[in-house]
Amino acid sequence: MNIAVTGDDLVVVRDVGKTFSEAGGLVFGRSQPSVRAVDGASFEVKRGETLALVGESGCGKSTLGRLLLRLIDASEGEIAIDGVDILRLSSNDMRQMRARVQMIFQDPYGSLSPRRSVAKIIAEPLEIFGLVQTRKQRRDRVAELMIQVGLSPTFMDRYPRQFSGGQRQRIGIARAIAVDPQFIVADEPVSALDVSVQAQIVNLMQDLQKSRGFSYLFIAHDLSVVRHIADRVAVMYLGRIVEIGPKKRIYDFPSHPYTQALLSAVPEPDPETRKSRIILKGDVPSPANVPTGCSFHTRCPIVQPVCRTERPPLVETASRHLAACHFAKPHPIPL
Amino acid sequence: MTIAPSLSRQQPVSSTHPGPLLKVEDLSIEFGPEGTAVRVVEGVSFSIDAGAAVGIVGESGSGKSMTSLAVMGLIPSPPGRIATGRILFEGVDLLGLPRSRMPEIRGRDIAMIFQEPMSSLNPVMTIGDQIGEAIKLHEKMGREERRQRIIELLKLVGIPDPERRLGAYPHQFSGGMRQRVMIAMAVACNPKLLIADEPTTALDVTIQAQVLELMHKIRRTLNTTILLISHDLGVIADICERVIVMYAGKVVEDADVKTIFRSPKHPYTRGLLQSIPRLKDENTRLYQIPGMVPLPGTIKQGCPFFPRCPDRIDKCARETPPLLEITSQQKAACWVSAGATS
Ligand SMILES: Nc1ncnc2c1ncn2[C@@H]1O[C@H](COP(=O)(O)OP(=O)(O)OP(=O)(O)O)[C@@H](O)[C@H]1O
Ligand SMILES: Nc1ncnc2c1ncn2[C@@H]1O[C@H](COP(=O)(O)OP(=O)(O)OP(=O)(O)O)[C@@H](O)[C@H]1O
Ligand code: SF4
Ligand code: SF4
Ligand SMILES: [Mg+2]
Ligand SMILES: [Mg+2]
Repeated sequence: MNIAVTGDDLVVVRDVGKTFSEAGGLVFGRSQPSVRAVDGASFEVKRGETLALVGESGCGKSTLGRLLLRLIDASEGEIAIDGVDILRLSSNDMRQMRARVQMIFQDPYGSLSPRRSVAKIIAEPLEIFGLVQTRKQRRDRVAELMIQVGLSPTFMDRYPRQFSGGQRQRIGIARAIAVDPQFIVADEPVSALDVSVQAQIVNLMQDLQKSRGFSYLFIAHDLSVVRHIADRVAVMYLGRIVEIGPKKRIYDFPSHPYTQALLSAVPEPDPETRKSRIILKGDVPSPANVPTGCSFHTRCPIVQPVCRTERPPLVETASRHLAACHFAKPHPIPL
Repeated sequence: MTIAPSLSRQQPVSSTHPGPLLKVEDLSIEFGPEGTAVRVVEGVSFSIDAGAAVGIVGESGSGKSMTSLAVMGLIPSPPGRIATGRILFEGVDLLGLPRSRMPEIRGRDIAMIFQEPMSSLNPVMTIGDQIGEAIKLHEKMGREERRQRIIELLKLVGIPDPERRLGAYPHQFSGGMRQRVMIAMAVACNPKLLIADEPTTALDVTIQAQVLELMHKIRRTLNTTILLISHDLGVIADICERVIVMYAGKVVEDADVKTIFRSPKHPYTRGLLQSIPRLKDENTRLYQIPGMVPLPGTIKQGCPFFPRCPDRIDKCARETPPLLEITSQQKAACWVSAGATS
C-alpha cells in the first residue's frame, strides 16, 4: 500500500504498533506476558523540523524511535521515509536507506566501542557506505567532522575513555552526521549530561540542523530542554501518543490531563514562583497490563465512568493540535 | 494525617546545643596514596541550623556526595581519606570520635537517602523486615510494637495498603515506591539530620513530584533538618531555603535561595543559572559556559573557575579566592565579586 506523502513530510508513520512477546519468553519457567510497547502511533516528521517525543520511563519512546529506523521490526503499521515504505524494503535496500537515517544514543559511555579510536568510530559509517577510499581521505573527513562538532582533530587517535561525557556525546554526533543523513533519531542525547554541558550539546545539535537541514526525532523526558529545541511535541503514555501539536500550543494550552500534570510537575528553578502542582496518584501501570478504555484512567484527576470502557481517539482539538481524551480541554498551566 | 506519638518523639542525644546542628569546617578529602593524592574536596565549610533545609548543588564530580559521605563517616578508606577539617554535630567533632561510635550516630542522629534505591535495598529481604532492622539498630521494642511502627512509617511515606505490602520484596515495588521505602528507613528512628543525595534523580517527573511532596511532609510532621544534594536547582528551590554551590571540590557560593536566584554573585553560579533551560522560556538558544569542568587536582593555583570565567582578572590566576561574606545572607569565593579590580 502506498502512503500519501505531501512535499514537506519526510517521515510518515501510520498505525504503527509493537508487541514484545518473545517466543521462548520463559523466565524462571513462567511465561512472560506480552508487552504492548507502542500502540497505534500515527504522525509525521517534516523536513528540517524537530519533533520531540516525551513521556515517562517505559512509555515506549525508545521503542518507537527504533521502529522508525527499523532497528526492530514493527508488529503492524506503515512507516515511510522520503516516500519509501521502509517496512517492505529488502535487507539490501534497507542497508542503503541506513545511510539516510541515523541514531544518537543517551549513553555516550555505553554506545561507543571502548577499543576503537575516535577516528575509527567516526569513520565507520563512512566506510560502510563507501564514502571514503583512501586513508588520507578518511582522516581528512574525520578531522572536518570533529571540527564541526567542536572537537580538536588532534585527539583523533585517542580512545573514548579519554574523553568527558559531553565530548563523547560530540563523538556520537560526529558519527551520526558523517553520512549526511536526512533524519536523526536522538534518544535522550543530553539526559546523562550536566546542565552546562547539556547547553553546549543542545546548541550544537541546533546549529548542525540549521546548516544541514536534517530532521530530528528528539526523545527526552525533560520538558524544559524540549521547549528549547522542538518545533512540535508528541506526548506518550503507556505506548500511545496522547497529545501532539506545535510546541507553543502544547506548552501554553496543554489539552490532555496527562500533559497538564507533566508540565505542572516540573520543579521550576525559581523560588519566587512555587507553583501548585497536579500530583498524580500512584504509579504508571505496567505496559504488560494496560488499563481498559483510556489507559490514563487509573491516575487521571478528572476521570469519568466512560473513560474506563471507551478508548478516546486522538482527535484534533485545534489546528494541528491533537489530543486523546474524552474531555480534552485546553488548559493553561501557570508556568 | 496525624503522626502517632512514637514517630514524633524527639530523644535528646546530647544536652540541647546552642549553635548550628551541623558545622563543617575546612573539610578536605583526598583519594590515592599519600604524596600523590588528589584532593576532590578542598576547604569546604558550611553550617546548618536545626530545622533548616539546605541544598548543595553542583555538577558531576564537584564533591557533593563525598562531602555528605564524610558527614556520615562513610568515605571509602582506603583509597579515600579526610585530610583536614572538623565536622561538628551538635558541637561534637564526629571526626574525633572513635570509628566504633559512628554506627550509633548513623540512623539515630543522622540518616541518609541514596540516589540508587535498588542498590541500597537488600533484594532477598522483605520491605517490612528491612525497615524493622533499621528500627532494631537503635530502639528496643516488642515485635508487635515494631510491626505497628513499620506500618505507620509505610503510611507516612504513602505506600498504599501497608499491612499487606510489608511482606513484599524490593523488586515487586516500582522505583518511586522503593525510594519511599528508603525514606521510611531513613526516618525510622526520627533522625535530627536527614541527608538526601539526589533522592529524585532516578525518578520520572510525576513520581519526583510525589517524592518532593513527601519531603515537605517529613519536614512538616517530623521537623527534620534536611541536607539535600542535587544537580537540579529546580528541586533545590522547591525544598530548601538555602543553597551551597560547589565547583571543583570547593564551595563557591552560599546564600539563601531567593538571593541566589535574584542576584547570584559568583560567575559560575551566574553561568549555571543562565544555562538551565526553563519551562517558561521561549528563547531557543541556551547560554553556554565555555570550556569544561577541570579534573580534580589539575588546578594547582588560583581560582578553579579561572579558565572559564568571563570576569577574570590577573589576580585570579595567582591567588585562590576564599569564601568571603558579601552580605550577611550571601558568601562567594570570587575576587571580583568581593571588589577586586586588578
Ligand atoms: N526487547 C524488548 N523485549 C521486551 N520488552 C521490551 C523490549 N524493549 C522494550 N521493552 C518494553 O517496552 C516498554 C517500552 O520500553 P522503551 O524502552 O521503549 O521505553 P522508554 O519510553 O524509552 O523508557 P525510558 O525513558 O526508560 O528510556 C517497556 O515496558 C519495556 O520494558
Ligand atoms: N574511589 C575514588 N577514587 C578516586 N576518586 C574518586 C573516588 N570516588 C570519587 N572520586 C572522585 O571524587 C570527586 C567527587 O566525587 P563526588 O561523588 O563527591 O561527586 P558528586 O558531586 O557527588 O558528583 P555526581 O553529581 O556525579 O554524583 C570526583 O571527581 C570523583 O571522580
Ligand atoms: S479520557 Fe478520561 S481518563 Fe482519559 S485523560 Fe480524558 S478524562 Fe482522563
Ligand atoms: S575569582 Fe576571578 S576567575 Fe574566579 S570566579 Fe571570580 S572573577 Fe572569575
Ligand atoms: Mg528510552
Ligand atoms: Mg553524587
